[in-house]
Amino acid sequence: MNCRSEVLEVSVEGRQVEEAMLAVLHTVLLHRSTGKFHYKKEGTYSIGTVGTQDVDCDFIDFTYVRVSSEELDRALRKVDALRNSGGDGLGQMSLEFYQKKKSRWPFSDECIPWEVWTVKVHVVALATEQERQICREKVGEKLCEKIINIVEVMNRHEYLPKMPTQSEVDNVFDTGLRDVQPYLYKISFQITDALGTSVTTTMRRLIKDTLAL
Amino acid sequence: METDLNSQDRKDLDKFIKFFALKTVQVIVQARLGEKICTRSSSSPTGSDWFNLAIKDIPEVTHEAKKALAGQLPAVGRSMCVEISLKTSEGDSMELEIWCLEMNEKCDKEIKVSYTVYNRLSLLLKSLLAITRVTPAYRLSRKQGHEYVILYRIYFGEVQLNGLGEGFQTVRVGTVGTPVGTITLSCAYRINLAFMSTRQFERTPPIMGIIIDHFVDRPYPSSSPMHPCNYRTAGEDTGVIYPSVEDSQEVCTTSFSTSPPSQPAALGVGSADLAYPVVFAAGLNATHPHQLMVPGKEGGVPLASNQPVHGAQADQERLATCTPSDGTHCAATPSSSEDTETVSNSSEGRASPHDVLETIFVRKVGAFVNKPINQVTLTSLDIPFAMFAPKNLELEDTDPMVNPPDSPQTESPLQGSLHSDGSSGGSSGNTHDDFVMIDFKPAFSKDDILPMDLGTFYREFQNPPQLSSLSIDIGAQSMAEDLDSLPEKLAVHEKNVREFDAFVETLQ
Repeated sequence: MNCRSEVLEVSVEGRQVEEAMLAVLHTVLLHRSTGKFHYKKEGTYSIGTVGTQDVDCDFIDFTYVRVSSEELDRALRKVDALRNSGGDGLGQMSLEFYQKKKSRWPFSDECIPWEVWTVKVHVVALATEQERQICREKVGEKLCEKIINIVEVMNRHEYLPKMPTQSEVDNVFDTGLRDVQPYLYKISFQITDALGTSVTTTMRRLIKDTLAL
Repeated sequence: METDLNSQDRKDLDKFIKFFALKTVQVIVQARLGEKICTRSSSSPTGSDWFNLAIKDIPEVTHEAKKALAGQLPAVGRSMCVEISLKTSEGDSMELEIWCLEMNEKCDKEIKVSYTVYNRLSLLLKSLLAITRVTPAYRLSRKQGHEYVILYRIYFGEVQLNGLGEGFQTVRVGTVGTPVGTITLSCAYRINLAFMSTRQFERTPPIMGIIIDHFVDRPYPSSSPMHPCNYRTAGEDTGVIYPSVEDSQEVCTTSFSTSPPSQPAALGVGSADLAYPVVFAAGLNATHPHQLMVPGKEGGVPLASNQPVHGAQADQERLATCTPSDGTHCAATPSSSEDTETVSNSSEGRASPHDVLETIFVRKVGAFVNKPINQVTLTSLDIPFAMFAPKNLELEDTDPMVNPPDSPQTESPLQGSLHSDGSSGGSSGNTHDDFVMIDFKPAFSKDDILPMDLGTFYREFQNPPQLSSLSIDIGAQSMAEDLDSLPEKLAVHEKNVREFDAFVETLQ
């Protein structure tokens, strides 16, 4: 099965990074979350209700809608990379939805991605307040376009994992939250400093080289 | 297009579509209330949350939606539309968005109704939640309050997009295929918010209601009334009207149109059509007192003559007229325009305070061409820049402004022979073609090709109105006042000498 991949690019000022990232993440997760499943007998289940919430950005003229789940919001805000951005730089964040495939011992479960959202963030540094004001509006408009792009992809109704049985639900959904149930996801990121070298890839290379000995 | 859908599935599908339509309306209207929406998630399913989404039902909105649907469902050619518009406190309104729920004939017979269609409709509602915050009207609605409110209207039938102005954009929220057709949800929104930009800066009631689609007739008069979106009266700050996304800063200028673009002369045009009786009263102000042109007329310009003018009446409406008489030649103004003739003759006007108001019609003719022109009324004398003329109003023969040295005009005693018999002025039958006009041909410009060429421009702006400060009565007084206040100003400036010096220092 092929993994669907979508790429979004945004240019933001340093203090807008977190909000821009959250806007994109929440919009995607809004579409990729359901209510909590309650399995009944005979293989049927009922689904809980998902509430929504408007969030106004402080540094961008933009409002986005997220799932009403504080746990989910906290989990996303914990991603430190969202805040670490100084000066100019290029960062890349990936939101990957995957399915678990159980393997026999001693092999660990396999994670098979079925949809990856990549957000490339280009951070710019602005000098004057006027530039920042213009940036607020421009980034707001850009994010509006990104939301429209996301919605367009979502409504293609392409592959989605089948609704699982009760025993399989943890292979498809993240059942750890109390009020909503998103598909299993993980977030990874890369920060490239101004020189263009990727910190993550360098570390990875070092580790691999070490292990190869 | 009927399928082999079983009756239960068919019933379910109809129910899903009906409630989907109702929820769609709720989402759209609630997104335009002007406040943030927040609903709670619930892990335990409640029976009333359609599509597993917590969307509150505002009873009035549900009522309106059901009224519009009238028991029907969206089908081919029958769309459910929610129109969002803005209404200012002055009563002007403008359509901002049209949200359309449509059905087309493309069926997906394989799809499972109770499961797949339902989930996809749920996804579509989530998309709608996201998209409603992204169109320009959202930010406008968040700022509604005293200056304007957002209204909604639901109708069923054909989509009407005429009120959105030019260049509106559409965004497709999504589609869901069903066994009976494909449901499409989309939004068409206005991008030309020029009306809003004008209002932002005008605090006085406009003289003309400047609305973009003011003169556009709605093909289908709206049968359903508009409803405000401020269901919960949130005390929104009035704030500044949010600038449009497109940032169109089209400023509406109500300028007097001085002249129409010159058009090819139609020599055979009956003057009666072109005559435009204009009555001037003393003291009437116009932008261009020397030339008054009727828009839309071809090549001809009516000039209304006014009272005879002495120097003292400079601030009155004055139009120079052609008054050749007694052998004094008609001096064409330097513009010597094809369209207008502003000539003056001192002697005539001075003599007779004619209150004759007649129109002169002048045709565009070529240089040195003797063509019949319409009657030229000889009434008042009015010379441009009379203020600078000597008091005895000597003829402007020597005034180079009025009488260009090179103008080869043939004078003729037109007085008496060209009097129009009526107010309509340009009756035909004037065979006196002694009056020659010079076709003004500016260098390096081409005539008769462009509607507004250099020559026309030059002619039109040849005779600007007098500066009020130059008029003797008012000008002199203000000058005297200025002179009186000079000592005071000097004293003030002397006090601030040090500041000025410091300023000069910084410049060096």
